[in-house]
Amino acid sequence: MKDFKEKIMHLVFLLSAVISIAAVILICVFLFSSGVPAIAQIGLKEFLTGTEWRPGNNIFGIFPMIVGSLYVTAGALVIGVPIGILTAIFMARFCPKGLYRIMKPAINLMAGIPSVVYGFFGLVILVPLVRDYIGGRGLSVLTASILLGLMILPTIISMSEAAIRAVPESYYEGALALGASHERSVFSAVVPAARSGIFAGIILGIGRAVGETMAVIMVAGNQTLIPEHLTDGVRTLTTNIVLEMGYATDLHREALIATAVVLFVFILIINLSFSLIKRRGKQ
Amino acid sequence: MKKINSSCLRDRWLSYKRDPKSLIQLIAVSLAALVTMSALIFIIAYILIKGIPYLTPDLFAWEYNSDNVSLMPALINTLLMAVLSLLISVPAGIFSAIYLTEYAGRGNKLVGVVRITAETLSGIPSIVYGLFGAIFFVKYLSLQLSLISGALTLAIMILPMIMRSTEEALLAVPDSYREGSFGLGAGRLRTVFRIVLPPAVPGILSGIILGMGRIVGESAALIFTAGTVAEAAKSIFSSARTLSVHMYVISGEGLYINQAYATAVVLLVVVIILNALSSFAAKKLGGKNSNG
Repeated sequence: MKDFKEKIMHLVFLLSAVISIAAVILICVFLFSSGVPAIAQIGLKEFLTGTEWRPGNNIFGIFPMIVGSLYVTAGALVIGVPIGILTAIFMARFCPKGLYRIMKPAINLMAGIPSVVYGFFGLVILVPLVRDYIGGRGLSVLTASILLGLMILPTIISMSEAAIRAVPESYYEGALALGASHERSVFSAVVPAARSGIFAGIILGIGRAVGETMAVIMVAGNQTLIPEHLTDGVRTLTTNIVLEMGYATDLHREALIATAVVLFVFILIINLSFSLIKRRGKQ
Repeated sequence: MKKINSSCLRDRWLSYKRDPKSLIQLIAVSLAALVTMSALIFIIAYILIKGIPYLTPDLFAWEYNSDNVSLMPALINTLLMAVLSLLISVPAGIFSAIYLTEYAGRGNKLVGVVRITAETLSGIPSIVYGLFGAIFFVKYLSLQLSLISGALTLAIMILPMIMRSTEEALLAVPDSYREGSFGLGAGRLRTVFRIVLPPAVPGILSGIILGMGRIVGESAALIFTAGTVAEAAKSIFSSARTLSVHMYVISGEGLYINQAYATAVVLLVVVIILNALSSFAAKKLGGKNSNG
């Protein structure tokens, strides 16, 4: 009897472990099977490199959205990476204990703030700021980049901080013993040793920025044109889906799912490079 | 005790004068930390100041209409959604973590595959989950736009979080506990549930609460799975908007900017409470998981 119970539970545990595998397979199968036929019908080249998105005329080119996603992600990195890494260095090596006890939960909280709240904040603060002081309508690449830069900060900070803390103390001590100042020891000996972990954090941040939807939709303007200036509106892959999914039918709907397929492939590539870098860091 | 390598301000100033690069590095890191913290404080303070005056009793009326823009139904839906998703993903997450840490032997190929897929799941953007839910749960399984479609979608989304925190908590339990239990003649199952799980509870709880935070904050995955009906759900098969979706809808309409501020306050407060609870639970576990 006891043996029987053991066997049953072993099976239950095994089945639970298989759920995540099943989920990934299901997601792949259902996304690809609904999206790929649309891509085939539109034509892969037209779909990926077409610069016009006019669902009314059955013209589906997502090139502007791909460019849009790349622009806002790059902008977010320009803002988020330096601030994030420097903050992580501060937290790991410069921060007084008392301050750390406030800062660490604060960074965790920053990661937990819902994206709609970030988006709303962007809408009521950043958009008017950009409109009044930099120009354009305020709903722009620049606004989305600043907001996304803020949103990826906690990801980059926690990953980098953990990486810097994992560097053996002897590196730091060795540099000090050679006469380097505290700052120089940290910057020239400790941080370079943590670079693979920091890099992994940046890649995770890229994933966040590419995948972010609700915050971007509220501040980016959402025009389906390739932006020429920082102050032009932009539409990303993610926002394209949310904006039109509500009323799309037939090929239009499938084209939106195909947009998600493209996004999904991007994310898989990003994930893959993340785990490659993490694995290399461990060796 | 006086530290022998401590230096007075004057000494430090002199050494910085000799080595300006160090000073620049010091200023750079301090400035970055200042920017990060002030951005966070500004966001929270701004929303609280703008929103708290609009936390009127009207906003918490039981029924939603376009006059009061009540968030109460959405709040109830959020609670239902959280309970439902956790009911699905907590057992699944804990059981699979148990399999990975306690049952699978070393060199088990399945473990590697499960780890990779869990990592993949945690990287998928919520809008992709939302579309998948719309295709699979809403259409293919014809659950329609409903609480249960949304909950199933979210359950997959937070599964890796719960798995990871449970795994970490189980690994932190010393092997001597297991050996002692086996030595007294207990079976594997009894060892897991009686000996290994109890000390891991705070760590697991911390992960579950974080998952709850994710559910509360989620909007992109829910719009096309649970829908945007602004009434409290009557059953798990009725469409219902959660607080985040509610916030998105009313801030997009542009008419209810003050109510949107107030809704943001409620969302923020919920998230702050959940975060505090989670780190409190993690601290209970002590040791290396304590700064989570």
